[in-house]
Amino acid sequence: MTTKKSVKATDSGLRYSLYLSLVLGLIWLGNSGHYSPLLLAFGALSVFLVVWIARRMRVVDGESQPFHMSFRLLAYYGWLFRKIVESNIKVAGCAWRGRSAISPVSARVPCALQSDLSRVIYANSITLTPGTVTVSLDKGELLVHALTESGIAELQTGEMEGRVARLDQ
Amino acid sequence: MIESAVSVLAAMMLGLGSFFMISGALGILRFPDFYSRMHAASMTDTLGTYLIIGGLMFTAGWGLPLFKLTLILVFIFFTSPTAGHALAKSAQLSELRLGGEQSGSAKPGAGGVHSDQHPDSRDLARADRV
Repeated sequence: MTTKKSVKATDSGLRYSLYLSLVLGLIWLGNSGHYSPLLLAFGALSVFLVVWIARRMRVVDGESQPFHMSFRLLAYYGWLFRKIVESNIKVAGCAWRGRSAISPVSARVPCALQSDLSRVIYANSITLTPGTVTVSLDKGELLVHALTESGIAELQTGEMEGRVARLDQ
Repeated sequence: MIESAVSVLAAMMLGLGSFFMISGALGILRFPDFYSRMHAASMTDTLGTYLIIGGLMFTAGWGLPLFKLTLILVFIFFTSPTAGHALAKSAQLSELRLGGEQSGSAKPGAGGVHSDQHPDSRDLARADRV
């Protein structure tokens, strides 16, 4: 039973290593623009080296390459982009109206997300939208600083958290 | 015809991007304390950068430069919130921490002015301890 499990683990490890090599190879090809055999060999060598080091560091897994949620992640980033545009316009308005338009506030926002990956995506999304910044990420709650009280209120409705939670299913 | 439409679109995106960059700079100058200035700076990191790189992508045409601009966009998208969080976290761990502890009088739930560093910051929650 245990041997079977370990075999399965190395299998998925190999799969993620292949994904990583593919992504790194694409980045290398796109950035180099030179396709002579010598340089291609150097590229392949450096990809191999990076994958080897990453495997030694044990960071090649579903957490560093969340392929299991890639399509949902794209849809989520589409939604997040709309949020970013909205909040950019709000913060730009505050900047032009000056100090009287803002009321900086900090609050602890509860966060029920379980996996590290979804918590990081949630905290990153909060920081990515101007007007709210995640200051610290603790178990069960986030410390968020916002430019106006409406920013905190919007987070407390839990819409963003719900969308992040649905990514991980 | 299409070419000129694309270059008009690119010019509009570059102009709008510059507007958000300037708004960010204005916010940094005008806002009163460290944390609210961070919000202004994140404007230049997000929509300002996206619009400018997007505009450049329209002028780049098909080819490697387009791919490289996409990569720049993706890397900025993932690194800027990480850098912003690192900045906020280190401020929190230094003397700029949020909450009433730094003035020595931790009055839980007491809204209102509580420190010289950021007179406009108020706490909705209790004083924050990490």
